Amino acid sequence: MCVCPGPRRIGIPVRSSSLPLFSDAMPAPTQLFFPLIRNCELSRIYGTACYCHHKHLCCSSPYVTQSRLRYTPHPAYATFCRPKENWWQYTQGRRYASTPQKFYLTPPQVNSILKANEYSFKVPEFDGKNVSSILGFDSNQLPANAPIEDRRSAATCLQTRGMLLGVFDGHAGCACSQAVSERLFYYIAVSLLPHETLLEIENAVESGRALLPILQWHKHPNDYFSKEASKLYFNSLRTYWQELIDLNTGESTDIDVKEALINAFKRLDNDISLEAQVGDPNSFLNYLVLRVAFSGATACVAHVDGVDLHVANTGDSRAMLGVQEEDGSWSAVTLSNDHNAQNERELERLKLEHPKSEAKSVVKQDRLLGLLMPFRAFGDVKFKWSIDLQKRVIESGPDQLNDNEYTKFIPPNYHTPPYLTAEPEVTYHRLRPQDKFLVLATDGLWETMHRQDVVRIVGEYLTGMHHQQPIAVGGYKVTLGQMHGLLTERRTKMSSVFEDQNAATHLIRHAVGNNEFGTVDHERLSKMLSLPEELARMYRDDITIIVVQFNSHVVGAYQNQE
Amino acid sequence: VMFCRLLSVVGRQRTSPGWQNWSSARSSTSAAEARSVALPMQAQVVICGGGIMGTSVAYHLSKMGWKDIVLLEQGRLAAGSTRFCAGILSTARHLTIEQKMADYSNKLYHQLEQETGIQTGYTRTGSVFLAQTQDRLISLKRINSKLNVIGIPSEIISPKKVAELHHLLNVHDLVGAMHVPEDAVVSSADVALALASAASQNGVQIYDRTSVLHVMVKKGQVTGVETDKGQIECQYFVNCAGQWAYELGLSNEEPVSIPLHACEHFYLLTRPLETPLQSSTPTIVDADGRIYIRNWQGGILSGGFERNPKPIFTEGKNQLEIQNLQEDWDHFEPLLSSLLRRMPELESLEIMKLVNCPETFTPDMRCIMGESPAVQGYFVLAGMNSAGLSFGGGAGKYLAEWMVHGYPSENVWELDLKRFGALQSSRTFLRHRVMEVMPLMYDLKVPRWDFQTGRQLRTSPLYDRLDAQGARWMEKHGFERPKYFVPPDKDLLALEQSKTFYKPDWFDIVESEVKCCKEAVCVIDMSSFTKFEITSTGDQALEVLQYLFSNDLDVPVGHIVHTGMLNEVGGYENDCSIARLSKRSFFMISPTDQQVHCWAWLKKHMPKDSNLLLEDVTWKYTALNLIGPRAVDVLSELSYAPMTPDHFPSLFCKEMSVGYANGIRVMSMTHTGEPGFMLYIPIEYALHVYNEVMSVGQKYGIRNAGYYALRSLRIEKFFAFWGQDINNLTTPLECGRESRVKLEKGMDFIGRDALLQQKQNGVYKRFTMFILDNHDTDLDLWPWWGEPIYRNGQYVGKTTSSAYSYSLERHVCLGFVHNFSEDTGEEQVVTADFINRGEYEIDIAGYRFQAKAKLYPVASLFTHKRRKDDMELSDLHGK
Repeated sequence: MCVCPGPRRIGIPVRSSSLPLFSDAMPAPTQLFFPLIRNCELSRIYGTACYCHHKHLCCSSPYVTQSRLRYTPHPAYATFCRPKENWWQYTQGRRYASTPQKFYLTPPQVNSILKANEYSFKVPEFDGKNVSSILGFDSNQLPANAPIEDRRSAATCLQTRGMLLGVFDGHAGCACSQAVSERLFYYIAVSLLPHETLLEIENAVESGRALLPILQWHKHPNDYFSKEASKLYFNSLRTYWQELIDLNTGESTDIDVKEALINAFKRLDNDISLEAQVGDPNSFLNYLVLRVAFSGATACVAHVDGVDLHVANTGDSRAMLGVQEEDGSWSAVTLSNDHNAQNERELERLKLEHPKSEAKSVVKQDRLLGLLMPFRAFGDVKFKWSIDLQKRVIESGPDQLNDNEYTKFIPPNYHTPPYLTAEPEVTYHRLRPQDKFLVLATDGLWETMHRQDVVRIVGEYLTGMHHQQPIAVGGYKVTLGQMHGLLTERRTKMSSVFEDQNAATHLIRHAVGNNEFGTVDHERLSKMLSLPEELARMYRDDITIIVVQFNSHVVGAYQNQE
Repeated sequence: VMFCRLLSVVGRQRTSPGWQNWSSARSSTSAAEARSVALPMQAQVVICGGGIMGTSVAYHLSKMGWKDIVLLEQGRLAAGSTRFCAGILSTARHLTIEQKMADYSNKLYHQLEQETGIQTGYTRTGSVFLAQTQDRLISLKRINSKLNVIGIPSEIISPKKVAELHHLLNVHDLVGAMHVPEDAVVSSADVALALASAASQNGVQIYDRTSVLHVMVKKGQVTGVETDKGQIECQYFVNCAGQWAYELGLSNEEPVSIPLHACEHFYLLTRPLETPLQSSTPTIVDADGRIYIRNWQGGILSGGFERNPKPIFTEGKNQLEIQNLQEDWDHFEPLLSSLLRRMPELESLEIMKLVNCPETFTPDMRCIMGESPAVQGYFVLAGMNSAGLSFGGGAGKYLAEWMVHGYPSENVWELDLKRFGALQSSRTFLRHRVMEVMPLMYDLKVPRWDFQTGRQLRTSPLYDRLDAQGARWMEKHGFERPKYFVPPDKDLLALEQSKTFYKPDWFDIVESEVKCCKEAVCVIDMSSFTKFEITSTGDQALEVLQYLFSNDLDVPVGHIVHTGMLNEVGGYENDCSIARLSKRSFFMISPTDQQVHCWAWLKKHMPKDSNLLLEDVTWKYTALNLIGPRAVDVLSELSYAPMTPDHFPSLFCKEMSVGYANGIRVMSMTHTGEPGFMLYIPIEYALHVYNEVMSVGQKYGIRNAGYYALRSLRIEKFFAFWGQDINNLTTPLECGRESRVKLEKGMDFIGRDALLQQKQNGVYKRFTMFILDNHDTDLDLWPWWGEPIYRNGQYVGKTTSSAYSYSLERHVCLGFVHNFSEDTGEEQVVTADFINRGEYEIDIAGYRFQAKAKLYPVASLFTHKRRKDDMELSDLHGK
């Protein structure tokens, strides 16, 4: 596989003269602006550049450097070109310096970068028995953007059974992905709660008593929650459960997980939209809700309860099941559909939802309205609100918003909004003993690695088995020296497995460091990780991975019960 | 019938010695399969396991005159680890008892062929232990010193000499080696068959393809064995089931915990060299390279103990015989690299096979033998830590003696099954621990090494509190005990780096703790001690204790008596302190590792009387030891009670309140000879009392201390500890404790006759304290224990423990002095005069240090008054 992360998620053709506005006012959108310029051309350039470098990171071809240089005079490239000098030196150094090693990170340095965000959770065992169908999970993320726009969440539902895990890929900043990562699980958990529990919680709020806890979060210290918005978020959530209480007809029915997931997704997106429209007297919060609404995020969430696995997906992150076949080999089962231009059904849906006259403009260059890569997302009100509403909100909004070209820009051919929805597609899978793990990851992973490779690498990592067949001498003439040579070679291949205590880290190591033979090449890994911030985004996207490990014994026991 | 068949097996094997005979053994047994032999209805002894252990026990029992013996083997004889054993007999062991077992085995196997006519392939090759580092060489020198004094020839040699002994060796990275010329290689399967054959000739009945299902027990006594071919009634059962000993132990209704666990073990076989190696080529042990190498049919056999062992059969996966498990070349790679580094010329040698044969390991790397504490007549011999061949003969002999005489001829406490309890029987614990033990086979064994796995099992309620204050921990019988407390500003070396035979990095830390014990007050958490309560409705408790203990326990209520629990020969089965709580109840404090042994002994000797109650209250009390001259002040301030010697004399016990907590047992003793108190605190009050003691103690300069300080204090005062210094072959008279024996207390007690006789005849060994003279603490090797003692140049005994005395500013070693006749080597009476009129040297790894022998502790250590002139400002500092 040699796919480069390539173009940004959003590309908006803005006149270049308007560009120098950015950066000071809004930290997040700085990232946005490079690709805004001339999306298609740039992506082509990035594409070629990355292509060349992907394979031969070290010996950059003169063509690439030139192609970059061609654009240097352009004012829009001011920032972009800053790293150029480094890059130049870098390649020069590689070519001419006699000790190229000085540019490499040492293995411990590489490890500290890779492991900075890793997190592991083991479901606690009681009496030596883990009754949950989940053994635990490993998660990790590797930033390419600064700050990273991906988010991840994991929590155990306390009032219902089951565990929630999700990855969120933000675009146009991290505000929306952050908000979704904090809030979505509460919406899901509330949607799953029986009527009595909702009443109990509401009564407790009403009378000022302590509330029932709903979620037990499993968070890395870097996974923060916004303190400022917490009250606002709570009120929105409360309104939601109040409505749920009111809607209840009294006849208790089994709560359908699929329905709950869909409702939660839609409701949260709706709340994000509403909060931005209503605004907040606190200027910080006001700005925050606007940033949340004007940025976007995809979400891929798994709900595991016993053998029932639901995956709700909005956007182009992916959930992949690792299945171990009887012969011990690994195969991948996709549990989500990407919502992008590669998905025929999505193309079809979009065309159906809008008048025939827009058939050509609604998806252009594989992007929604020629701009947005995912076809479903949270936030992104630019693709949801009417033009009037957008203008009204921006005008009444804070100056920072008003000065921002991106927010002010109305997508072309914008006739029949909404063009975008947060409604997830929910897939159900009944776990079987051979289903060993689930990989949830943002597209940063999937665009560098084939799903089959992902599952094989994780599978082999988790079982501690390597695909290398054990050696047997059996009848052949082998000398000690030959055997020693063979074993040393095999050990170097193996060593990368033992460096990681976390399956997600191990996967990232492969995603970033794999050479054409599918093994981790330290030199390559070191280079990819030492790219300057500004360049990193061209060679890879943010990667966020959660690997959930299932407890085959428990899953098997469920099966036998029937 | 069995015997004939056995001989036929053996006979066929004789034609093709060595490995090739596996197939012939297989075919001969399959021929026998059709035959079904009826088991006898009853026997005196049933031995389970036809490996080298089982056959050795059978052999020795039958030699000692027991004839009514049945040996059962679930598969074929010698088909388990015994068959796959690498066949190296090595006497270079760390423990003297192990050296003696191996030495005996060596002599036994040597003459076995002559005795039985069965070829065992015994070849005296000698072995060479290589040292790549100075530390390794020290370790070898220590072993060398010990080997020499028990008559096993060995010497430390130069790398050059190593090259002469084995021409294939690369010796450039060596600093030296140890040569043990009388070590041998032998086919262990053939040894087992020879032993079986000899036993069979002596009347032992052997049945293979017979599985023991479980052992039948009635009233704590073995009554028989249930097999897949029927029942056999018996009085004794011997579990020699190797890897399956654990499972078999648990299969009883009353389970017997035999803590052992198997790990995969790999070794390599090659085709012969171009010029085949001679059969007399010595065995090489390169512990730093983690490998052993022996000649094998002109080629080599090489295996090792890797850093990352693979435990196996944790879930008790049962296989009749060890089938060839998977060869794992990747796993073997480090060992192969090591082999090629040691013998580079082997590169072109052709591989024949990589053998995977599981070996069993125990939680402390010592084998397991002896009688079950729970079931009388249930004996065990297993868990050989891959030294089964070396120990087989000797271990079988000791166990046979144990069964026939009631005790073996040597002290085997270090190997006794009763050193373990049920707490070591968890599969998870064993799996984790053996992963540490197996690499330890070839790791450097330095003084005061603590296991890192299977920790924090038993802890005092103060564990977290002490840990937060810098406690470093050691473990005894699963219980965490503080070694010392690292001050916040001090960093100690990393674990690996702190391994040394010289002055350790905690020297200064312990010094300040000792100083504080001497000048102010320290608190040591000593909760691990075994604590029993014996109560009765009438006088039964007193009666039984008077019979079991040598001192007079009929003392006024509130008195504490130091006393020994002796066996028939007057040796210490246990050494304890007993407080008389009331007329009819006694509180007994024993060493930590006595929990199982002492309980079993008491249960065995106490009458079955429902009015007599024995209770293990170890878990109920947290014990704090307040050591030091200011302990009095701390306690009296906390209890509003006068604690001076007038009100609270030494060796006195009283229940009182400390802080808010009531019912604390306060005892005026410290196990160190220093002034102070032991507080036995019901666990729920532990934190409170500790906090109160620490806060009140602050103004008296209180601080935490650990067991290293305690050890230094007790050794400099010549206090012996059971299990370390004294054992079941040591009598009170031999360690200067006449005062703790009341021969005329008006009634008989166990061991009295032996002591009376000894008093008349004199003792043959004497516990002595040695103060090292020309020893430089900073630069010289430190004594540990087990160092040979020389009197006027003659070997007279070994040290049993040692410590640096911060008061004497000298090393103190404790040990036993014997008087071996110069002509016959027989033991003679040791008198005080004999001790006093000698020039002594202690041999530490081959270096001899002059030492002064003392039979009584240094008196000045017991006076604590400091003169006013000596006071200085630092006395005002908090400690």
